[in-house]
Amino acid sequence: MTQHPLISVKDLNVHIDGHHILKNINISIPDKSVTSIIGPSGCGKTTLLKTFNRLLDDTANVTVSGSVLVGDEDIYAPHAEVTHIRKKMGLLSQRPYPLPMSIYDNVAYGPRIHGIRKKSELDVIVEKQLKDTSLWNEVKDRLHTPAAKLSIGQQQRLCLARGLAVKPEIILGDESTSALDPISTHKIEDLFVRLKEQYTIVLVTHILRQARRISDYIIFVYMGEIIEFGPTEEVLLYPKEELTKQYVKGFIS
Amino acid sequence: MGIKKRKTEEAIFKTLMVLACILVSSSLFLIIGTIVAKGLPYLNWDMVSKVPQGGFYLGKEGGVLNAIIGSLYLAGGATVLGLLISIPISVYLNIYLKKGSLLSKSAKLAYDVLFGIPSIVYGAFAFSIMVWLGVRASLLGGIIAVTLLIIPILVRTLDEVIATVPKELKHAALSLGATRWEAAKVVLKQIRPGIYTAILLAFGRGIGDVAAVLFTAGFSDNIPKYIDEPAATLPLAIFFQLGSPIPEVQGRAYASALILTIIILVIVFLSHVLATKQNKHKI
Repeated sequence: MTQHPLISVKDLNVHIDGHHILKNINISIPDKSVTSIIGPSGCGKTTLLKTFNRLLDDTANVTVSGSVLVGDEDIYAPHAEVTHIRKKMGLLSQRPYPLPMSIYDNVAYGPRIHGIRKKSELDVIVEKQLKDTSLWNEVKDRLHTPAAKLSIGQQQRLCLARGLAVKPEIILGDESTSALDPISTHKIEDLFVRLKEQYTIVLVTHILRQARRISDYIIFVYMGEIIEFGPTEEVLLYPKEELTKQYVKGFIS
Repeated sequence: MGIKKRKTEEAIFKTLMVLACILVSSSLFLIIGTIVAKGLPYLNWDMVSKVPQGGFYLGKEGGVLNAIIGSLYLAGGATVLGLLISIPISVYLNIYLKKGSLLSKSAKLAYDVLFGIPSIVYGAFAFSIMVWLGVRASLLGGIIAVTLLIIPILVRTLDEVIATVPKELKHAALSLGATRWEAAKVVLKQIRPGIYTAILLAFGRGIGDVAAVLFTAGFSDNIPKYIDEPAATLPLAIFFQLGSPIPEVQGRAYASALILTIIILVIVFLSHVLATKQNKHKI
């Protein structure tokens, strides 16, 4: 890798309910690029993503060992501050989950909890994030209407704007386009490509074509282990491992 | 099975369902009809604006204002107190604790049992505490007994409502760097209509219960001025008036029941309006 890594995972093992879900994961995810985690369902790709923002903490009977460094900070260190870690990473889930409030308040929510109170400041943030996610022109006349009234594709872009408003370094996407129609999917993919100039983006996807379209690097996970990691072209076109070859050709899914 | 037989089966069960629905809704009309028919002739402005003259058991003059105010104080006080206790319980069990943790499981079992305990037991329990503390039968005693009675109702209802909120909503707030309490506030905002339903159920149960207040709230012909004075309640007033040998006083019992029913209807209506009004941001 030429780029320096932003997330470094060392000897990560995750057990849930006694099952060994992630096995000896060692990986360095490059800064300012799109990295896709691919693999068959149930292989542990979402679990891997959730270890990055410690949302796994919310599940019972989980044990995590090893370390995950974000920058210089080990987010699994005993005294690590969880809210601070999560603030560094925006999460875009499978389906959009806008907060039960207006469009404006959704984007302003993060800045508000982190201490920004001045309306003029919030106005600037809301406008910027909605413009960055190409939503501004669609919603500028109804900022104070419920977010739930937007179409599902618009809601997903709103969720992205909401996440960007807390100034994260990393964007995590968990099959973020799986509930969307092709046009909305395309818009989100375009946004990811544009946003990688400023952010490090890690996506979980089960759509190989999507991984090929937008990612710079690919991690192939199978049965809780990382089988292959490398630049997109290499992994998809010239896989080194037999398992990757089979998955890419569609023999295992 | 032939299509004819399947269609007959369909028809039989549909008829049964429709009949059951008719039975239940007509019994509601019957109850309200009976109360209105028997109570309306005795309902007058004095009933709702004056305290009784000559006692409940024998008095034909005055009204039941003391019981109306007493019931509202009691159910209102208990609902407020109950919410102050049960919202933190629900938030802690459902949002703070991990799903399936031992504490949340055992706490849920405990208030499932509490839910099934008859109200007279709560009354007796509150009464024994009052004796121990040296508190006499009073509004405060009644509020404590009714609060104990409605906490399991509130917690269980809130639990069900919180369970309908997708965990991703909580995760959305958490991943923005929210603390758990901040995430809990988002969830509470989402379930606001459900909270009104819980309040309605608790208030309705509180205002209608006799057994819990029988020993704890006492009875009085006056409107309680302080929380340590005994207070009358509508259900107890109805109970006493119905036991009277005087037909007129018995009629006043139905008028009191009518007043109680109207109060409940107003509460149902209000909570419904509030719930719909709060619904617009719900995802």
